[in-house]
Amino acid sequence: MSEEASSVNNGVNVAALLEAREALTAMPEAAQFKWRATCDWQDGTHSSSKVEGFFGLGEEQTHVKSFSFDSDHPEVFASEDKGATPVEFVLVGLAGCLTAGIAAVAQNRDIQLKSVKATLEAPMDIQGILGIDSDVRNGFDGVSVRYEIDADASREDIEALVAQSQKRSAVFDIITNPTNVTVEVK
Amino acid sequence: MKTADVVVIGAGHAGLAASRCLAERSIEHVILERGEVANSWRTERWESLTLLTPNWQSRLPGFAYAGENPDGYMTMPELIGFIEQYAETVHAPMHTGTSVTSVCRNANVIEVVTTDGTWQCRGVILATGACNVPAVPAVAADMPSGISNVTTHDYQDPEQLADGKVLVVGASATGLQLADEIHHSGRSVTLAVGEHVRLPRVYRGRDVQWWMHAAGVLDEGIDDVDDITRARNLPSPQLVGSRRRQILDLNAMTDAGVKLVGRLMAVRDGVAMFSGSLRNVCSLADLKMGRLLDTIDEWAESSDEGDTFDPPERFERTRVDEAPPLTIDLAGEDFATVLWATGFRPDYSWLHMPVLDRKGKLVHDEGVVNAPGIYALGLPFMRKRKSSFIHGTEDDANYIVDHLSHYLGKGH
Repeated sequence: MSEEASSVNNGVNVAALLEAREALTAMPEAAQFKWRATCDWQDGTHSSSKVEGFFGLGEEQTHVKSFSFDSDHPEVFASEDKGATPVEFVLVGLAGCLTAGIAAVAQNRDIQLKSVKATLEAPMDIQGILGIDSDVRNGFDGVSVRYEIDADASREDIEALVAQSQKRSAVFDIITNPTNVTVEVK
Repeated sequence: MKTADVVVIGAGHAGLAASRCLAERSIEHVILERGEVANSWRTERWESLTLLTPNWQSRLPGFAYAGENPDGYMTMPELIGFIEQYAETVHAPMHTGTSVTSVCRNANVIEVVTTDGTWQCRGVILATGACNVPAVPAVAADMPSGISNVTTHDYQDPEQLADGKVLVVGASATGLQLADEIHHSGRSVTLAVGEHVRLPRVYRGRDVQWWMHAAGVLDEGIDDVDDITRARNLPSPQLVGSRRRQILDLNAMTDAGVKLVGRLMAVRDGVAMFSGSLRNVCSLADLKMGRLLDTIDEWAESSDEGDTFDPPERFERTRVDEAPPLTIDLAGEDFATVLWATGFRPDYSWLHMPVLDRKGKLVHDEGVVNAPGIYALGLPFMRKRKSSFIHGTEDDANYIVDHLSHYLGKGH
């Protein structure tokens, strides 16, 4: 790795990430994380969610501060639109995850990024969630992500960044592959 | 109790190459072989298999292909003949029909227990192959009853399969070759595609193996790659050694009528679920092939033979359907067989030493196992990229036998 001698700076501490990778290879139990969120119903379709603590590296961790997110449905759903629609949070999660990955991979590959913009779109037939047609699924028909990236690199190298970022992305994996979900009432 | 300085386990190409290198250094040794020479190639391979490397590349220490078809690819009977011939020239001290049941340390010696007595020795070379056990993923346990699960060890030819559709899992050379031949037997084939390695058989008029050899790619060592664990675990490149020298890639599969789906992730209530990442695994492979072709072109540019090569070419990107199916109801859609082309792993169940990591992989540094006197040979990317191929054995055998020779105090 040549990052010490490199002038490339995407603001990602790749040396620390690579060190962590090495340390966690030797100590896989410390790699066991738990991500958490809490949610409080407000009114109608409006809820407020909060993330603050998580578990990792063998102990409880906290973010530098707590983050709150309002979710609601838009007015066309006869709601008050006090926050993003939950499905839009899914797009936000995917975009944030892929873009963070692009910055990290670019740093590791010595590519200076100038700007990275993503536009996401997810078609959905709401006959599914409305129970109109049982052949239509509730979720997205698919997700498209379009990146516009300005960087000191060839088109192929930029495409390779984006491909590698998908390969290592948690949210990409969560969306593309099945996950067991358990919902209980206490 | 029998004794030898060194016991070589396995009389395939690797064990025989080791024997030759040991003999050159006058190191007393025996080869123990559970079956006969080239046993795995004889008994654990399917009918149509040919080597992925051209004949001119088939060489072992002190021995090389001398037939009339240097650009051809050996069938299994041809390869077995080649290795048998090598065994004759090597005159290896060999005990066939002798299975090793345990290797362990006893004070200063290593004890090799076999079905025909116990050997005491100071050095052991593990030349038992990388493909002893089909590596079938855990999801196989969830397959519905009524679906026949076939591994690449059980598979011989399409006629053994029931009528009905076939799901081939894995897009290695094996997966594509078998998907292709099963499709041609008249069965409908769906291929589940995870990460894979795409290569053209012929590039700019020459075999891609020629280019990789000439441009030094096959000589890349473990320090030349970012992540050696990943490099060692890569599926075999999508190649087939056939007379037509055709390109066998996912586009060829699509053109033939094989359906592509993403990596098999889960089976629930008889429904197979595939990853939505098909497009990205194809992009990764297309881009990686592009980088290899760039490397080859750069080398060709600087080569004296430059004007003898055909012009550079680039291949069509892998075509992926707009929305490949994410689920298949196996029974409902008349699937009869799942063929697991998901790779192999070595079997070290008889190796009673703390030399395996938590994933069951042998811990070694370029074939020098982290237990004194124990060496490996014939593993994928053991020291160099070419270690995965028969011709890579020569350098590796010399390297580990030199190391072993020093260990035994017979260096210089």
